[in-house]
Amino acid sequence: MTQSPLTRNIQGNGPTDILAYEASGGYLAARDNIGKADPADLLQLIKDSNLLGRGGAGFPTGMKWSFVPPADGNGHRYLVANADEMEPGTFKDRLIMENDPHQLIEGMLLSAYTLAADVGYIFIRAEYHLAIARIRSAISEAEQKCYLGDRILGSKYSFHLQVHISAGRYICGEETALLNSLEGKRATPRAKPPFPQVSGLWGRPTIVNNVETLCNIPHIVNHGANWFKSLGKGDNAGTKLFGASGRVKNPGCWELPMGTSIREILEVHAGGMQDGYMLKGFLPGGASTDFLTPDHLDLPMEYEAIQKAGSRMGTGLMVVLDDRACPVGMIANLEKFFARESCGFCTPCREGLPWVQGILDKIEAGHGQAADLEVLERQALFIGAIGNTHCAHAPGAMEPLVSGLKYFRSEFEQHIHDGRCPYAGES
Amino acid sequence: MPTIKVDNQKLVVKDGDNLLQALLSAGIDIPYFCWHPAMGSIGACRQCAVVQYAGEDDTRGRIVMSCMTAVTDQARFSVATQSADQFRKSVIENLMLNHPHDCPVCEEGGECHLQDMTVMSGHSVRHYEGKKTTYRNQYLGPFIGHEMNRCITCYRCVRYYQDHAGGHDLNAFGSRDRVFFGRVESGLLESEFAGNLVEVCPTGVFTDKTFSKHYTRKWDLQSSPTICQGCSLGCNTYTSERYGQLRRVQNRYHHQVNGYFLCDRGRFGAQFVNAESRIRQAGIRNSQGLYDATELKTAIGIARSIISNASTIKGIGSPRASLESNQALRELVGQNNYSNGMTEVEQAMLQKIIDVLRSPIPTPSMMQTEQCDAVLVLGEDVTNFAPRLALSLRQATQNRAKTLALGVHIPLWHDAAVREIGQSDRSPLVIVTPTEDRLDEVASHVLRLAPDNIALLGDEICHAIKDEDNGTASDNVSSVAREIAGLLKQATKPLIVAGTSLQHPGILQAALNIAITLNQQNISAGFFACASESNSLGVAMLDNQHSISDIMAEQPETLVVLENDLQRRLGDRFDASLAGIKHLIVLDHLDNPTVSVSTLVLPAATFAEAEGTYVNNEGRAQRSFATFNPAGDITPSYELLDQLRSVKRHIDEIHHVIANSIPTLAGIVAAAPAASFRIEGAKIARMTHRASGRTAIDANISVHEPTPPMDDDSPLVYSMEGQHEQAPANLRAYSWAPGWNSNQSNHKFQQEVGGSERTGDPGILVLTGGGEIKTGDVTLTHRRLVPELHIFGSDELTNSAADLATLVTAPYLRMHGTTAQSLGVVQDDGVSFEVNKQRFSFAVIVDDSMPADSLAYPLIPATVVLTNLDDIQLSKAESWTKAPASGQRMITTDRSQ
Repeated sequence: MTQSPLTRNIQGNGPTDILAYEASGGYLAARDNIGKADPADLLQLIKDSNLLGRGGAGFPTGMKWSFVPPADGNGHRYLVANADEMEPGTFKDRLIMENDPHQLIEGMLLSAYTLAADVGYIFIRAEYHLAIARIRSAISEAEQKCYLGDRILGSKYSFHLQVHISAGRYICGEETALLNSLEGKRATPRAKPPFPQVSGLWGRPTIVNNVETLCNIPHIVNHGANWFKSLGKGDNAGTKLFGASGRVKNPGCWELPMGTSIREILEVHAGGMQDGYMLKGFLPGGASTDFLTPDHLDLPMEYEAIQKAGSRMGTGLMVVLDDRACPVGMIANLEKFFARESCGFCTPCREGLPWVQGILDKIEAGHGQAADLEVLERQALFIGAIGNTHCAHAPGAMEPLVSGLKYFRSEFEQHIHDGRCPYAGES
Repeated sequence: MPTIKVDNQKLVVKDGDNLLQALLSAGIDIPYFCWHPAMGSIGACRQCAVVQYAGEDDTRGRIVMSCMTAVTDQARFSVATQSADQFRKSVIENLMLNHPHDCPVCEEGGECHLQDMTVMSGHSVRHYEGKKTTYRNQYLGPFIGHEMNRCITCYRCVRYYQDHAGGHDLNAFGSRDRVFFGRVESGLLESEFAGNLVEVCPTGVFTDKTFSKHYTRKWDLQSSPTICQGCSLGCNTYTSERYGQLRRVQNRYHHQVNGYFLCDRGRFGAQFVNAESRIRQAGIRNSQGLYDATELKTAIGIARSIISNASTIKGIGSPRASLESNQALRELVGQNNYSNGMTEVEQAMLQKIIDVLRSPIPTPSMMQTEQCDAVLVLGEDVTNFAPRLALSLRQATQNRAKTLALGVHIPLWHDAAVREIGQSDRSPLVIVTPTEDRLDEVASHVLRLAPDNIALLGDEICHAIKDEDNGTASDNVSSVAREIAGLLKQATKPLIVAGTSLQHPGILQAALNIAITLNQQNISAGFFACASESNSLGVAMLDNQHSISDIMAEQPETLVVLENDLQRRLGDRFDASLAGIKHLIVLDHLDNPTVSVSTLVLPAATFAEAEGTYVNNEGRAQRSFATFNPAGDITPSYELLDQLRSVKRHIDEIHHVIANSIPTLAGIVAAAPAASFRIEGAKIARMTHRASGRTAIDANISVHEPTPPMDDDSPLVYSMEGQHEQAPANLRAYSWAPGWNSNQSNHKFQQEVGGSERTGDPGILVLTGGGEIKTGDVTLTHRRLVPELHIFGSDELTNSAADLATLVTAPYLRMHGTTAQSLGVVQDDGVSFEVNKQRFSFAVIVDDSMPADSLAYPLIPATVVLTNLDDIQLSKAESWTKAPASGQRMITTDRSQ
């Protein structure tokens, strides 16, 4: 049995078509289960597998699914794949969708069957042209082979899958903003409860899962919960797509066991820092996670372990900061992104982020004052806690800032003291 | 009832409330923006944050938004704790980053919710040094100003406009800190309820343009509690004045009638008080047929001698005049010589409505209609006839969503979630009208029928409810009727809406039969009747004996007409009817065709200048109080009429005369306190305690401080000296409470947020029980001409409000394509017809949604000739040129720099 189920078909030789996918054992789980297995058993299997959501929050998938009320026959039930991968520094779902699109389709089919959902959407980032084209062609292949559509594989079960191309906002990655956007409304997150399981797309029961999460489903169904758990090195089950960007020798994305150490990822798979550059810090799982430093290199990439160190594993794709790039400039750049991507619904995020961005730009430009750091800290406290804001966007945006102020405070102070960026001219 | 603990104070709160409602109801001040008592919560502004503790041992707690937090038994909160206080300060500080701080030049200043909340939150020092966002403003029509720079992005405007009022053309555009609230492009806001944006907006983005034209700070206005004169619903308003001009009208909360909102006719139409056509002096027609302005005393003297010398004298009262004035006329001319100023048809229909209101059939108030779960509107274009009701019926369609929400434990204040689960699944609303209706878009069933067929369908529905087949209707009609009957029978609170707008007794009777039949089957069906004018019901109760025709038929030598343009009632018979009258004495506010043929005209005070009692469509007698003492000779009609018979009496005496002579109107005495009413020895002040300029206001005439005008008529004074927020609801002159300068202060006077006033809901329901009602025969009128009502244009007085007048349509005839074809005309051609040897030409509107046999005309002054005609002979108008699109003001881009 493969130790890298998600990427087994990805060898850099183009997308896997339906024949190749089937040849590698694809759609076996679908053929064995659709119309045959008891959805309740499948749900139990996913619960037993300890699969945690791969979108960043790490919520147990089986538990998330169990909140969907029993089918009432009064209308549609939806499964949505969140393929709006817009987290800066994250490019894992793209890898799967471009190279093995049937894996996502089979994952959605099995998930939808488990949830008694009859309509599925793949909500995909508009810039992912190649993935969109390949998923669309895969869907039509799957429809021809009766893996999608009415009476799938001769069973009584029907599932219709459509691709919806996002209009291009980071906030659409938030599942309820995604649903609003899918309905044609402003992409504003919803207040929870009610959760999408109860009132999701068009007010109907809905599950939104990350692409990578869904892609794990066929393998768990094929090989069982214990196999899946055994894939992980430590407490977390399964494999995970990890990756790194920044000034490493070999930036990229690799499927590795959960619990692989950061050191292994950065030094072995990413090949270490480029010559002449030293590791100064890194965001472990995308732009909205707290900085960690070289002191944390031996931590395993697991949800709890990273959380204990004061950050989040997030998407598992690291953004590396080297010693010749300005941390203030990097944070200012990140906050510019987050301020721009605020949906504008709640006050702390809408007004607070641009203020923070403005102050950071000012400091980076050498016009900062000592009082600015106080405002930054006060704003970070105001915006940074979940519950203070309508959704997790602004608290996420504050993570690199708060941790940056913790680890790189002297650099902020130096900018202010010198009236210039000490890294100016470096590259 | 859950008990919660807030800062160690125990509160018993209402189950199903959110914490913000509970705190406000308990009198605990907490700042908020995006929540609105009529619109629920969305959690956008984050201003109402408090700390919630997990249990008794939790000392840190966590920040929660009180508007998004359900009250549960034993929950523990703190409003005052430092972290909550600091958080609320930060919200204001951040909201203010882009706010221009232009309070000194902002119309909202002094009654600004943002100002109040800023002060309440305690934020005072600014740390922001960046630039502020600026926007380009839009022209939104003659009523609403737009100043986007002031926006704090609370989303209330679009939630009100789209979700509550069903408008489509106001949106939120853009994202991040550049959200823009406006239209796709400059232009008139389409909703008939757009004016409420002025009160919904917590700051000065949407302002009352008609007020801005002659702007005065709230604290410098003199105001009084008034009853809207725009239709029969009797919405409660605050009317405000300065320098002898009516400045503006605002909503006055009434738990049963208008709640928090008005229609635009009500809000902006009252400017007729300032119209150029206002009659400010008495006039006597001279030998050249022109009027000589005459001193009031002289005119009264002449009128007295006309009356004392008259061989016959008759009086025509008015359903738009107060009970007091009608009673004074009735006493002047004698009961047998008085008509309440309506036609036989209308009188008979009103009698029917009175009978229902006295019967055991439930007659819900306007606010209660919002709870109904199936509505049948038979023959009324509600949006244009009783506009405010349309807003309530829209809410009624949301009851389906509320049921769905409760089914999955979504609290009803969780507005976005309720709408999400409801989607377009609405409670049934059946609209049966001859012409297109704004409510069509939220209706489950829309039927376009000629008036007679509406009556017949109603009859058929009634049979279907009884599971009878009367065999006369076509299969098509009876299957529709069965479906509608089914919807009404399945509902727990069905509602039938009908009224007098089509002047079709058969429709009213059919609607009534449906309500009666449902009630006979133990289905508690409500009946809501709309009448034409602010006091239609009142005068019908006062004296419904003689119609206008009865009076005219006797060819009186002298006729006294009270606030009534007879041309609107008599149509083509107007000239002939008045031809034989030697002396026509008219009391009115504005010039009109009746005034123009009078021999003597007396300047009558409007609702803003005279006290009066009006009975609305649900039989609620409500007192309206004068806002200001009019300049010159303008005098309340009841006083003028008393003077004509040399009597001087107090208005409260008239209340007693009416109460003693008309038992059903006995309640009017208690509709509001009498003039002798005092609180701690003081009357109620019309001006705020902050009113400035008493010494300066007339300084151009004299630097001596003038004595304020005396008000012997009412318990109010024309002064800032008196009681203010202690006033009972029926006397409160403006909404203000310490720290709450805007209309958001409403909750300070309510028993609970959104509930009844602590001092009771204003007015008295005078028609309660004691009567019986039976089904009756449905009669037909065989009338081909159908009046089409217009919120702007079909009301006599508000048409003279300068800004509203720009929206009145040009005359037209709306017809089905087949009719047009047979006449050889197309859209925008003209058609002409002759009445009384006079030729009229109107524009053609081809509309295939019209019933094929009907012709609809707008009920506006230009079409008054059609009022009593059953049919006209049409021909294509030769050499017709399409009139410039009146009713659609040219779009300009004022203030859009």
